[in-house]
Amino acid sequence: MQITDEKINQLAHLSRLTFDNNEKAKIKQDLERILELCESLNKIDTEGVEPLIHMTNSVNIVREDNPHQEFSREELLKNAPKKDSDYFRVPKVIEQAK
Amino acid sequence: MTTYEAIIGLEIHIQLLTKSKAYCSDLAEYGALPNTQVSPISLAHPGTLPKHNKEVIEKAIMMGLALNCNITRNNRFDRKNYFYADLPKGYQITQDQTPICTGGFVSIKNKDGEEKSIRITRIHMEEDSGKSMHDQDLNDTLVDYNRAGVPLIELVSEPDLKSAEEAYEYVSEMRKLVRYLGICDGNMEEGSLRCDANVSIRPVGTTTFGTKVEIKNMNSISNVKRAIESEIIRQTELLNSGQTFVSETRGFNALKGQTFSMRTKEAANDYRYFPEPDLPPFIVSDAYLQQLTESLPSLPHQLYNRLKNELSLPEYDAKTITEDKDLTNYFLNITEHTSNYKSAANWTLGTIKSYLNEQAMHINDFHLNASKIAELIALIDLDKLSNSSASQLVFPELVKNPNESVLSIAERLNVIQTNDVNLISGIIAEVLAKYPDKVEEYKNGKKGLLGLFVGEVMKASKGKADPKTVNTEVIKALS
Repeated sequence: MQITDEKINQLAHLSRLTFDNNEKAKIKQDLERILELCESLNKIDTEGVEPLIHMTNSVNIVREDNPHQEFSREELLKNAPKKDSDYFRVPKVIEQAK
Repeated sequence: MTTYEAIIGLEIHIQLLTKSKAYCSDLAEYGALPNTQVSPISLAHPGTLPKHNKEVIEKAIMMGLALNCNITRNNRFDRKNYFYADLPKGYQITQDQTPICTGGFVSIKNKDGEEKSIRITRIHMEEDSGKSMHDQDLNDTLVDYNRAGVPLIELVSEPDLKSAEEAYEYVSEMRKLVRYLGICDGNMEEGSLRCDANVSIRPVGTTTFGTKVEIKNMNSISNVKRAIESEIIRQTELLNSGQTFVSETRGFNALKGQTFSMRTKEAANDYRYFPEPDLPPFIVSDAYLQQLTESLPSLPHQLYNRLKNELSLPEYDAKTITEDKDLTNYFLNITEHTSNYKSAANWTLGTIKSYLNEQAMHINDFHLNASKIAELIALIDLDKLSNSSASQLVFPELVKNPNESVLSIAERLNVIQTNDVNLISGIIAEVLAKYPDKVEEYKNGKKGLLGLFVGEVMKASKGKADPKTVNTEVIKALS
């Protein structure tokens, strides 16, 4: 399957990443190889086989509605690259025009 | 000019009233200090896994049962992927393929007062996102994750609504239902009930759909109505002047009463839904469904029918009382102590409701035992107490002394009516003696003067004479 430049741009946009042209070419190659590998699965007859979603057969694993706060705000903010005493800080996200 | 009809479908997000979040145990309270109700799971730290909150599934099913839906037996969950700072995982857990409820309907009253059935498409469970604040800081967006992972159900209607009024009725009915079921507080201002509307118009008589516009940010039920009204006018004017418009998302400016274009999203969103492997399926068994069906409380329309048909209340009384679940309970408590249901309704909607309004109080904070209201009604029905002294004098005193008997308060206030004919006749004689010329006029045929005499007698008795006895005795004295 051919990966178009358009597809690369769309995927880059969805994952909020930017690539220069060299990187794009490389990623394109990688993606095509991954897809090729996946296409080998098409050789198997999966007629009537339900998709495997879960690795176990467990169902109805639920918990009671009991709240529980284990960590303080200070601890939870610790790993954030940017923060103040109350909030996580991220680059200004206002819907951007293309 | 072409006549158009509107086609409206509503999507309502209902924040479920649970103590903890949907997929982790963080507190789910509204209004806490920022980022004090979060955990490694809601922040999507690597290696953390979600786990179902039993209560979320239960409340979602209750809503479906109340709306006559089919309950999906085999529930799976899906990831809706999008990249935004208020969504730490990069995806929202939702139900794309197997919404927990499908089909169903709700009845609303249209503008002619007729019942109209609005079909429900689906209800599915999902989780809320965090809250971003863009205007607090020059360079950064501040994010509070307290709301991230709070349970929601999304309720989607078929495009069966034909006017802004019907949309208003529909949202009111849903709000009433969630409050009756106790699954959501229904507070639109605080965002626990959020409504988006899809609005299009088409020439009457045609069957194809026109261009659809989605309206967001309507934070009260009356704004839902106003926004849809103004959007229908906008679309009609554009089409009538030969213009077209695009399918887009519009916001509502409540001050101007107009919808406005929000920036349209570039390239349709691609949410790349796929099954959520971290959450095991939830299977709704027959026994579980049976148990929930049996535990379902009385619903507003059932209580309305009971009040109207069994207790013979007028439609207006039945409708107004059942607007509020707790008021209905109070009313029903009164009726356990009296068989004068109409009077119980009058007290509930009159004196009690105005008292609550004056005090800005909710009925749940009104601690007067309902049997006391029945005592008041009984005294009135025995002609021992007039309606006005009961509501204006005895009631306020009763609220202050909720343990005193009504009779003792009425005696203390000296407002017990008398139908002692001797006493009343004495007063009548005094009054008639004061107005010899009026008596003459009455006897000459001016019968309208009866009211004057009765009024004067009542005044002279300081309101204590029983008006019915006074009436009879005055007529007797004048004949």
